[in-house]
Amino acid sequence: MRRFLNRWMEHGIETLIRLCGISAVLFVFGIFYFVFREGAGYLFNGLNLKEFFFSIAWHPTSVTHVRYGILALLAGTFSVTVLAMVLAVPFGLGAAIFISEFCNPRVRELLKIVIELLAAIPSVVWGFIGLTIMNSLIIRWFNTPIGLTLLNGGLILALMSVPIIVSIGEDALKAVPDSYREAALAMGATRWQLVYRVLFPAARNGLLAAVLLGVGRAVGETMAVLMATGHSVRIPTSLLDPVRTLTATIAAELGEAPVRSDHYQVLFIIGIVLFTITFCVNLTADLMVRGIRKRQA
Amino acid sequence: MVTAIPRVDIRNLRIRYGSKEILHGVSLDVRSNEILGIIGPAHSGKSSLLRVINRTLEFIPEARYEGTVCIDGEDIRSMSDVYALRRRVGMVSPLPVGLPMTIFDNVAFAPRMAGVRDRHQLGETVEECLRQAALWDEVKDRLHMLGTKLSGGQQQRLTIARALSHKPDVLCLDEFSIAIDPVTTMRIEDVLKSLKAKMSIILVTNLVQQSRRLADRTAFFYNGELVELDQTEVLFSDSPASRKTYEYINGLFG
Repeated sequence: MRRFLNRWMEHGIETLIRLCGISAVLFVFGIFYFVFREGAGYLFNGLNLKEFFFSIAWHPTSVTHVRYGILALLAGTFSVTVLAMVLAVPFGLGAAIFISEFCNPRVRELLKIVIELLAAIPSVVWGFIGLTIMNSLIIRWFNTPIGLTLLNGGLILALMSVPIIVSIGEDALKAVPDSYREAALAMGATRWQLVYRVLFPAARNGLLAAVLLGVGRAVGETMAVLMATGHSVRIPTSLLDPVRTLTATIAAELGEAPVRSDHYQVLFIIGIVLFTITFCVNLTADLMVRGIRKRQA
Repeated sequence: MVTAIPRVDIRNLRIRYGSKEILHGVSLDVRSNEILGIIGPAHSGKSSLLRVINRTLEFIPEARYEGTVCIDGEDIRSMSDVYALRRRVGMVSPLPVGLPMTIFDNVAFAPRMAGVRDRHQLGETVEECLRQAALWDEVKDRLHMLGTKLSGGQQQRLTIARALSHKPDVLCLDEFSIAIDPVTTMRIEDVLKSLKAKMSIILVTNLVQQSRRLADRTAFFYNGELVELDQTEVLFSDSPASRKTYEYINGLFG
């Protein structure tokens, strides 16, 4: 009887675990399917793809001439993300290296708690900081009429991505076996030589993952950039230009677009574009990691 | 021919981990061009002694040591450049550690850190060290393969090649053979015999016969004390100075 029960338990648990695994795949496909379904009608029937990708004119509610060009929005997302990464990657990886290799255990624990706290701040709070504090600082420092700019959004996004890069990066470095550290130090390596000659190659995949998760966060972030970037449709020419991102556009306009209208469907097509971008980022990362492995094999 | 100049001179070395003293004032010397075997049961402070010599014991927060250790007459604690000291001491640990890079890069690691950039010169060093470690013939066609993909015995020889790459004066081996097969062990032992001409070798081992085969002199450590240090043939004879030594070597305890 007992053996019978045990076998059923085992079987049940195995099925449960399998379901959990499959559900992850189902959810991703499910989300993609529904986003695609909402936008598909207009995507295949009516949308001028050339205008969509190459025009900077975004006039979804114009009475006389409705136009859906997302080039400026793409530029907005791209510029904010690049700026955020330029700031966040060196700081994030630097902090990860410091926490993992250079600081004493008590400082390490303190810093880890603070960084986890930083990661837990809701994005609307970051947006609020951008809207009030950063805004007035930028106005004062750069003597501009308005501080809700690409610079503001980039800084806020950098601050939001740093905790992710730090914690994933630190995990990756900590996963490098201590025997590597000892071997390198015993050969007379300094701590910096140890970091860039041994730890970087050993933790490369994890560090790459950390950076790409940071990119993912920056591309996908909505609320904070909506509040901090000024929300004006244009291709930025300087750091002090306001911009608008793909995500912010969806968030700001979806509530006002009549369901199943062209405008509504275009917003979902932007969702598909975002999906594609994240997919490409992940795919690139995957290929890079594979490429690295292959070269070494 | 064994000369009498001490290369490494250890005086009254005490090592503590926290409040526990594991080495109670040991004095010994290592001469030029000799193999000094150190035998003794586990936890008798042999490995910690090696870690003092290249000052890597300092990475263990609760470890402290007293006494003096001199290399060629110079106190290692007063050396300002600890990295240069570590390059003078080659260290081979019990388990092979192939660094996550190619075979070539593994061996070229230390020369590169010392500032050698010339590819030709690096190539020569790598070949020389791999030959000395009896690994060259097996890997010469795949120098750009990951070092970690080699077998255990090959990785241990890679570790030895790496330890030789910075041209050490003293080579310390800490139970180098516990993870490798007897045939490879014998090959490495032959390597060590030939390396003796160029450097001093300290061989910490649990295998007393290994010390008998290789060492010019052997030291017997027990419970953190140096019980006896003498010519290997004396130590392994029927009448070493200490009864304990005889009992350990003949497997009466240990």
